[in-house]
Amino acid sequence: MKQKTKWLGYLLFGVTGLCTLLIVAALIYMLAEITVRGGHFFTWEFLTANPEQGMTAGGIFPAIVGTVLLVLLMSIVGVPIGTITAIYMVEYAKNDFIFMKLVRFAVNTLAGVPSIVFGLFGLGFFIQFIGSGIDKVVSTDGHLVWGQPNILWASLTMALLTVPVVIVTVEETLRAIPNEYRAASLALGATKWQTIRKIILPNAVPGILTGTILAIGRGAGEVAPILFTGVAYFLPHLPSKLSDQFMNLGYHVYILSTQSTDVEATKGLQYATVLVLLMVTFSLNFIAVIVRYFMRKKAIQ
Amino acid sequence: MIRETVIKVENLNLYYGKKQALNNISIEMYKHNVTAFIGPSGCGKSTFLRVLNRMNDLIDGVKVDGKVIIENNDIYSPDIDVVELRKKVGMIFQKSNPFPKSIYENVAYGPRIMGIKDKNKLDEIVESKLKQAAIWDEVKDDLQKSGLSLSGGQQQRLCIARTLATEPEVILMDEPASALDPISTAKIEELIHELKREYSIIIVTHNMQQAARVSDFTAFFYLGTLIEYDKTKKIFTNPTVKQTEDYVTGRFG
Repeated sequence: MKQKTKWLGYLLFGVTGLCTLLIVAALIYMLAEITVRGGHFFTWEFLTANPEQGMTAGGIFPAIVGTVLLVLLMSIVGVPIGTITAIYMVEYAKNDFIFMKLVRFAVNTLAGVPSIVFGLFGLGFFIQFIGSGIDKVVSTDGHLVWGQPNILWASLTMALLTVPVVIVTVEETLRAIPNEYRAASLALGATKWQTIRKIILPNAVPGILTGTILAIGRGAGEVAPILFTGVAYFLPHLPSKLSDQFMNLGYHVYILSTQSTDVEATKGLQYATVLVLLMVTFSLNFIAVIVRYFMRKKAIQ
Repeated sequence: MIRETVIKVENLNLYYGKKQALNNISIEMYKHNVTAFIGPSGCGKSTFLRVLNRMNDLIDGVKVDGKVIIENNDIYSPDIDVVELRKKVGMIFQKSNPFPKSIYENVAYGPRIMGIKDKNKLDEIVESKLKQAAIWDEVKDDLQKSGLSLSGGQQQRLCIARTLATEPEVILMDEPASALDPISTAKIEELIHELKREYSIIIVTHNMQQAARVSDFTAFFYLGTLIEYDKTKKIFTNPTVKQTEDYVTGRFG
């Protein structure tokens, strides 16, 4: 009996260890494969040139620019909305209020909706409803400006996808701010808004930044939401206005591997593009950790 | 001696939901005096203190009826501006709570929200209030240091300076020294003694010796009721009510 228990212990140790090892090995293998097979395509020219010869040569500059613009616009819209929602939830709404349960349910559900559904929603709501609506009002000759995919609609769709991340992060930050600060400020004759602006928000900045970068990290890798709402297969020029379409790193990998005239010839470029995408995402997460570290250190002092 | 009333409370009742926490309290507190609220834990003395600057408004489900008259205005009448009231009736909390800002910014907070922007004016206020709170000599060399870097007793005096900077009439103190060591406590008590020349002070305390040392008037609360209110000397030497006597002599509590 005793012997049996002992062996069961070894077995469990072995199985759990093996699973852990498997996960780590998978990650290492993935990174190694990408670096080895894409590494020598990863040149300065690759980062700064347009794709050439049916995507089998040249670089991915427009896709990098498109991805960065997309996440920037997404953050400009999504972060304030998420932050303001979190402020409402923590500072204004009463907790036992039934409306709050609905809001929380909505945020959680929004976070769990598959990203392709956001893409379809963006197409239906932003492009066909709002965009076409604007076109009907603005131009009478039936010329489409806003009623077709562009970087604005793609960014808004992406903002909707990432807003739960911001809300949850900022909400946690706000709840962590001691109530004594709120009481002290109100007791000094500050209004609620003055308290939020001068005491709550400055203390929430690290959380807002963390939320932003988590949202960017999520947004940079998503393809499904922009599929119908703004991403382009190939563009000879960079987007210059909100009604332009754009290229995107994730989508570019998909294009290279499925839509190219010579898929074999693009293999190295695919790996190199994935490498760039990973580097962008990793560096954003890395910045998040650094920013949080310094903000916390500052807060403690 | 003619005493001027600063706060007059008439028939005040307070409910947490359906539970009544304060029963029909009437009391008059006087200008430039220190009034102490004593009583066992849960007797309602802190709750009553928070009635006086409407900090109870922040708690869900609190209902108040009765009158609290400060400068001829009932502070529970619908047309009163709570923000203005709290500038007039400042508050010091049990746990010192300086903002995570510099010493300077902590004191300048109140004047700034009242719209004072002039740097010289702010400098002047900060210096004079830190002096008044008897902490200037300890912090004058580095006003940019975080308020949180100070010791507990210094933090509490910083909080007092911060409250003084809004030029209140009345200062409410909710067990301001209960978390402090004896030396810091003595400094706070000495400060209270100084401050009553310019301000009216109402202090909740668990410590009966403290009440006896710092206050001019003492109110004894028990189970949400004001049992006895009189000159401190009388409460501690010759109370009228048996319950008060039992409490101040340590027979229960």
